[in-house]
Amino acid sequence: MTETPSKTKTGLISPTRRGALKTLAAGTAAAATMPLWARYTSAQSAAPIKIGFGKHATGIGAAYGRWYERTSVAALAKINAEGGINGRPVELVTEDDGTDPRRAAEVLEKFANQSDCDVAFGTLFSHVVVGAAPRAGELKLPYFVVSEGHHVASGMLNRWTLQPGITDVKSQISAMAPFLTGTLGKKVTMIYPDYAFGYDHRDNLAPAIEAAGGEVVAKIAIPPTETSFTKYFPQIPRDTDVIYHVMIGPAVLTFVKEMGEFFGPSRPEIFGFIDSLEATDLTSPGLEFLEGTYFWEGNPRYLQADAPDYVKAYRDAVGLDENGASVSDPSDVSTSAHMFGCWETLHIIKAGMEAAGYQSTADRQKLVEAVEAMSMMEAGPAHPQGTKMFNGKTHQVFGPQYISKVEGGKLSVVKTVPYEETIYPDEVDYTSMSF
Amino acid sequence: MDFGPYLMLAMLEGAVLAAVLALMASGLSLVFGVMRVVNVAHGEFYMLGAVMAWVVTQFLAGLGGGAAVNFIAAAVLAPLIVGAIAAAADVTILKRLDYDPERVIVATIGLLYVIQQATLMGYGPDAKPVVAPFNQRLALPWFEFGEDGFQMYYPWGLSTTSYKLFVIVAAVVLLFALRLFMTRSRAGLIMRATQLDRDMATAFGIPVEKVYALVFGAGAALAALAGVLIVPIQQAHYLMGGDALLLSFIVVIIGGLGSLAGTVVAAVIIGMSDGIISVFFTPTLAKIIATLAVALVLVFRPQGLFGVKTR
Repeated sequence: MTETPSKTKTGLISPTRRGALKTLAAGTAAAATMPLWARYTSAQSAAPIKIGFGKHATGIGAAYGRWYERTSVAALAKINAEGGINGRPVELVTEDDGTDPRRAAEVLEKFANQSDCDVAFGTLFSHVVVGAAPRAGELKLPYFVVSEGHHVASGMLNRWTLQPGITDVKSQISAMAPFLTGTLGKKVTMIYPDYAFGYDHRDNLAPAIEAAGGEVVAKIAIPPTETSFTKYFPQIPRDTDVIYHVMIGPAVLTFVKEMGEFFGPSRPEIFGFIDSLEATDLTSPGLEFLEGTYFWEGNPRYLQADAPDYVKAYRDAVGLDENGASVSDPSDVSTSAHMFGCWETLHIIKAGMEAAGYQSTADRQKLVEAVEAMSMMEAGPAHPQGTKMFNGKTHQVFGPQYISKVEGGKLSVVKTVPYEETIYPDEVDYTSMSF
Repeated sequence: MDFGPYLMLAMLEGAVLAAVLALMASGLSLVFGVMRVVNVAHGEFYMLGAVMAWVVTQFLAGLGGGAAVNFIAAAVLAPLIVGAIAAAADVTILKRLDYDPERVIVATIGLLYVIQQATLMGYGPDAKPVVAPFNQRLALPWFEFGEDGFQMYYPWGLSTTSYKLFVIVAAVVLLFALRLFMTRSRAGLIMRATQLDRDMATAFGIPVEKVYALVFGAGAALAALAGVLIVPIQQAHYLMGGDALLLSFIVVIIGGLGSLAGTVVAAVIIGMSDGIISVFFTPTLAKIIATLAVALVLVFRPQGLFGVKTR
């Protein structure tokens, strides 16, 4: 802060009648509102920091929304118990975005103009993020997404949109490709949803597999609202060694069941992104077929034997049992591989606001710059998923990736890929863009 | 995959769709035929049938019932519950609009959203599975005249499940029963009488309003039954009514509004072509062609394939 402006040079005070009356009137008006002053006397330090949370409460992302909210509420309870941010309490302002890009943009507008949120946060589905982020840029509202799409690091978005709490699809794929070709087989057929998130997989898998000495023999796109899948399976070439699937949405159970019915006893190796079965009980009818197949996990769903204490503390805070389901309802399975990102992002917002000396919405730009300046994030209570490295230029974090095998209806981690092996060259430098 | 087995798989998939579609569309057609109103909420009754099937099986599973018993109970109870809801909607809403066709369309659009959002609030946004009463994978053989002469083998991926075959058979039986009911039973006679001339039927002492409520309920029950049959294959979800409604409108328009036979034939055409085009090309193309067919039918034969020209 600069010094207060210097006093007037003239020195002498020469009151006029009109001036005196004005002052009197202003004084009266101020006195009339005095009872309201108390609320603002400490506004700089005590008013809660508001974090606008775009929740997939309805639409195809509903299960994610439910768990994103639970994780965020748990993270804020922890942050508030530890003294809040800059001594101020933090509160979540939740709005349903309907897993719909248009509504998500409106929700951002609401955060900025109606509920006076300091930052916006949340939202998984890539089409929603891609649709809403430009509005965040226009509103100059820091937008912390937990989406795992490659759209942040690809340079498609803007300086106000950051993804510091969850890794992106491109790094996940480059971490998986050597395992696919090395352990499972060289000829890969991929089945992916026909929109942005699926395209990230489509565009990045083939180069990664070829770099690892394999070949993608077929790419099968399925519309995200599809409800029956048998009609797509005949497109799978006979010489396929590995099927790579990343289906998401309400119909994934059907997808797996029909894949099982299609192949019967003679199936190729199968590798999936757990996105297919987030929030789905692996012991559901029809999923027996997945026994012995492999999954990428962003964060292990089942409590692993060697889990450190901070992972257990995180799971307890969110309310997860050892199967990764809600402690109050074992059939309510979590979206474990993604929701940790909410926990970590909220801790990063805290760290960023403290580094920036964040006081009010006028400091939003400072917050973005403070987060851009971050780099290493050590595993611990704030980062239970593992040690990460944030790239301020691309606004994207890099972290460990887990490969798990379905054994006895549970996922056991068979391989952990450290963050160093998931890094790829920068594709954008957001810090060179203007605010 | 070779062409032969590929085509057979496509046809099996198409037949399942056709079966469910025929049931659902005949409900829509029945309501239009007798009451001369278009029920836009029909897809939601289908969804409600699937959701009710989940509710009933879930409740009975809690009591310790087996999958087959639960499913039979769902197949009986879900259409009854949905039919009762629809009949109540008829008495409380449609009757007060005097079955005026335009206003009924608007009213049923409202009903569509009420049912859909109420389901979202009560049942939730997730897709939930119902266990099929039986579901064995059946690998299907294929024949080939090779160098060694005639031989039979099991191609990769050519298979169906016993439950899918059951759906096809069940739909055929139910449609046949519906036809018998309409042509041979007294209730069917009364419905047809009401359809032909409402005023004359009233003059002969037929309680037309009761008939309307029953028909509207029965149409919804048929949709619900289709929902129950499909749910072990597809899961129950609160948005599943949309596509189903579009397809049944396509079927009913092509077949001729109000004609049961036309509806069944159109369902088979649309279901099979959707299955085959989806498998060989893309599902989007299948929808495009089906909608195009509707446009062509409306232009060149507005009464539908089996419809009777109105005077």
